[in-house]
Amino acid sequence: MGAVPEFAGERYAAETYSPLVDLTLRLGDDALVLSQRLMEWVASAPVLEEDVAIANIALDLLGQGRMLISYAGSIMSPPKSEDELAYLRQAREFRSSHLVEIPRGDFAQTMARQLVFSTYQSLLYAELTHSTDATIAAIAAKASKEVRYHLDHATQWVLRLGDGTDESHERMQAGLDVVWPYVDELFDADSGVEVYDGPQTDEKLRPLIDAGVCPDFGALREPCIDQLTAVIETATLTVPQTKWHARGGRRGVHTSDLDFLLAEMQSVHRAYPGATW
Amino acid sequence: MSTTTRDLEDLSPFGYGDRSPANDIDGTDPKSAVALGPDVTPWELAADVNDPEIPALSIADLGILRAVEVSDDGGTVTVTITPTYSGCPAMKAIEHDLRRVFTEAGYREVVVDVVLAPAWTTDWITPRGLAALEESGIAPPTGTRAVAGPVSVGLSVRCPHCGDFDTEVLSQFGSTSCKALYRCNTCREPFDWFKTLR
Repeated sequence: MGAVPEFAGERYAAETYSPLVDLTLRLGDDALVLSQRLMEWVASAPVLEEDVAIANIALDLLGQGRMLISYAGSIMSPPKSEDELAYLRQAREFRSSHLVEIPRGDFAQTMARQLVFSTYQSLLYAELTHSTDATIAAIAAKASKEVRYHLDHATQWVLRLGDGTDESHERMQAGLDVVWPYVDELFDADSGVEVYDGPQTDEKLRPLIDAGVCPDFGALREPCIDQLTAVIETATLTVPQTKWHARGGRRGVHTSDLDFLLAEMQSVHRAYPGATW
Repeated sequence: MSTTTRDLEDLSPFGYGDRSPANDIDGTDPKSAVALGPDVTPWELAADVNDPEIPALSIADLGILRAVEVSDDGGTVTVTITPTYSGCPAMKAIEHDLRRVFTEAGYREVVVDVVLAPAWTTDWITPRGLAALEESGIAPPTGTRAVAGPVSVGLSVRCPHCGDFDTEVLSQFGSTSCKALYRCNTCREPFDWFKTLR
């Protein structure tokens, strides 16, 4: 194919990441980007307790993201610091899913996303706790304890809003409808087939799956959907039907929402390069 | 980074950055741990540092102080700590406090190691720590697991003000990562509960 196009976004193009770096960045970028999205609620949540709760969840995710991104940086060649990776990569270089980058919407939509992500994260991290990679196992063991609280928080809200007033029910359902097309990407290899035909195992992660570093993400889909379905139905809501599925985040193809999010998140570091305090 | 740091270190008699400023002014050897006095062990010195977000509790009573090791020549101390929560913002402050305490005690080099495994649990809070929490108006973690799955398990948390068990959770997330917000139905006072984490 000849020379690779020379633009900054290609510096971390998929083929230059080792499988382990790729995996660690997927996990870390999901946590970092969702943390940034959640922080938008600080000082704007419906009640003070929620302001505090969402800030705490964002802080947990930020901590998890920092540990994972630091680890990814340490095994890159040459090594990169967490700040370089968080503040100096462009959207094209992020490995996060589309689920975490879409706008926060109203409170119900935020809780719909939290329910999906926390359920996914609790199942995934329970598996990663047994990872043959000691660092990933340690981070997952720590994060798992925190995610239980995040999942509980989101579940309580989905139940309360779904089985609440006509308006809260309607808005909770609308929130679920918005996030549902983004669910499958969490389990999808996205290895480049044109026609989407359900999640596939990621060939890039195959060596890691074989070595017991991470589970086959596709295998987590069914238990995750089952668990989500149970909560959604208890909340008197309906599991949405969707005709399309988001794809591309794991290979660095994002919506423009991520560009705006990064512009805000990275603005200080870019304005004052190398600043410390 | 290392080049700049070293240049500045060479220029300054007190060193630079996180390096210990204490003993190199006249080129004498650093004090050994013995210089602390016969009664103060390095562990006790580290244990003297408090959690900045819960000042009633030392890092030893909180269970985040895992090990204190002194090198054979007595000049270097390695302190191992572990975070309560992944995003705990107090870790940096605790690290700085440890550096200060050991530097003032005469150690040439202070290494603070942050480890993740095994993951911290509220089971590591000492009996003295539990008592200190209650005394400062924070209900200590209860004996059973707080969250077993997607749905909360009801728990009796004792009000640290009036001692009654008729309390209710206002939010699972409180003033810091490690606390939840409760209210006592008897004395009507709100209070923090130190969340059980296992």
